[in-house]
Amino acid sequence: MIRIENVSLRIRATPILRDINLTIPKGGVVALIGPNGAGKSSLLSLIARLRPLQQGTIHIDGLPVDRTPGPELARVVAILRQDSTVASRLKVRELVGFGRFPHGRGRLTAADLEIVDQALARFDLTDLADRFLETLSGGQRQRALVAMAFAQDTDYLLLDEPLNNLDMHHARELMRSLRAIADTRARTMVIVLHDVNQASAYADRIVAMQNGRIIADAAPLDLLTPDTLETVFGFRMRVEIIAGKPFVLHHL
Amino acid sequence: MAGRRILGLALVAVACMVAFLAIGLRGDIAFVLQLRAVKLAALVQVGVAIALSTVVFQTVTGNRILTPSIMGLDALYLFGQMLMVFLLGGVGYATLDPQLKFAAEILLLMALACALLLPMLRRRLDMGLMLLAGVVCGVLFRSLQALLARLIDPNEFAVAQSASFASFNAVRTDLLAFAALVTLAAVIVVWRARHVLDIVALGADAATGLGIHWQRTVTGLLVLVAALVAVSTALVGPVAFFGLLVAALAERIAGTVRHATLLPAAALTGIIVLVGGQALFQHGLGSGAPLGVVIEFVGGIVFLLMLLWGSRR
Repeated sequence: MIRIENVSLRIRATPILRDINLTIPKGGVVALIGPNGAGKSSLLSLIARLRPLQQGTIHIDGLPVDRTPGPELARVVAILRQDSTVASRLKVRELVGFGRFPHGRGRLTAADLEIVDQALARFDLTDLADRFLETLSGGQRQRALVAMAFAQDTDYLLLDEPLNNLDMHHARELMRSLRAIADTRARTMVIVLHDVNQASAYADRIVAMQNGRIIADAAPLDLLTPDTLETVFGFRMRVEIIAGKPFVLHHL
Repeated sequence: MAGRRILGLALVAVACMVAFLAIGLRGDIAFVLQLRAVKLAALVQVGVAIALSTVVFQTVTGNRILTPSIMGLDALYLFGQMLMVFLLGGVGYATLDPQLKFAAEILLLMALACALLLPMLRRRLDMGLMLLAGVVCGVLFRSLQALLARLIDPNEFAVAQSASFASFNAVRTDLLAFAALVTLAAVIVVWRARHVLDIVALGADAATGLGIHWQRTVTGLLVLVAALVAVSTALVGPVAFFGLLVAALAERIAGTVRHATLLPAAALTGIIVLVGGQALFQHGLGSGAPLGVVIEFVGGIVFLLMLLWGSRR
């Protein structure tokens, strides 16, 4: 369980997050949605202790993120950042192998290699495994980074816009994989998504943020209504129910 | 594949060492050999120290162009030395126990390097700004050193000056044993940190996500770099582009950025360039003086080419 209590964040004088309280139980997919600058990425960074906590507390499975030793926390939670730039001359397999670092401090056992191979296969990277990262397209690199986070084999996975740069096919494959991982392995995913329809199709729960606050928090069917969407994003959009899932026609 | 390349480099390095010892032996062979062996030990140490400090520094700062000496670390070391001459006087300075003095200088450099570089790293300055800041720092320390040099007595100046020019001919052999201890300790620490260095190379956020305590790790690595810079600068004086040349060559030869391969490749390349070059110039061509110049010349060209090719990261 991720427990966020009274978390606020300021950068210089600008409030980024205001008094966030959120509990995410173990298992399932939670989507974070909201307009640019709502504080979604900042919240994710705080949960993954990439930023120091200024106010409030965050616990993951009872571990306080600001006081738990790094290696211990890295076996519980993994994060994929939005703007990860890995520019050095690395092969895809090496990058994914780095995901095993918290477990063996760099020495890869046969079991580790097995997990790396699984991660490569799951994200359709087996053919690219021996390519250098710099020779990959943005979408392929994005998949390699997701595979690395997956290879970290943690109960909690925080993904900041994992669909960046992905084509339709790979976006769908990635969301299906994440859903399958959450279901079969009882993992918890917190995913920042810009496409509300992806959230509708794959998330159990959607948390909507705006201006540093959580303003709605419900199952997709209850949250994705024209009224709520208008308060979050500031304009009215049509919502149709197709096959039991809300479908937002936000581009019309 | 990588293993074979390292083996090849090791063989070339050994060949260079043998050549350095053996070429043009004349006269009292035992005496000459002993003289050369001491010098060889110093050169090997300097080669390894500069190579490793550069690779570690480049990994921590996340670029392939900056080196400790471009960031002015060796200028800082020399400034510290001049400051000591200034404060203690030439006689006081010369009568200090060299090893004690060296230990004090290392500690001073570690503290100054951390005070200077950590804020820069914390603010995630980009490459251009870091480079600029480094050049400014280098000029500042060199100027301060020059200022002190003007203030002190000419006799004292001579004491200080002998330390501030790179010379692969006149290595300081009195510090050799102590420096060797420092180098050895640093080599062991760097080697044990090879996997951590791989992760540090991914950047602050990714490394934190993988459980690295960024601040602590980077501080430790910078202290290590400072120790290695102090060793090489104390033994032969400042060399600006040698580290860059060696690190760039090693990365090409190793064909990977994994530190388990890159570190030994860099150390061996450092030995080859330094010992091989010295053997060629001193024993082959009869003069050791141009080696420093040639290394700086080639290294400077590599630096410019790397800037032009835009391998800034």
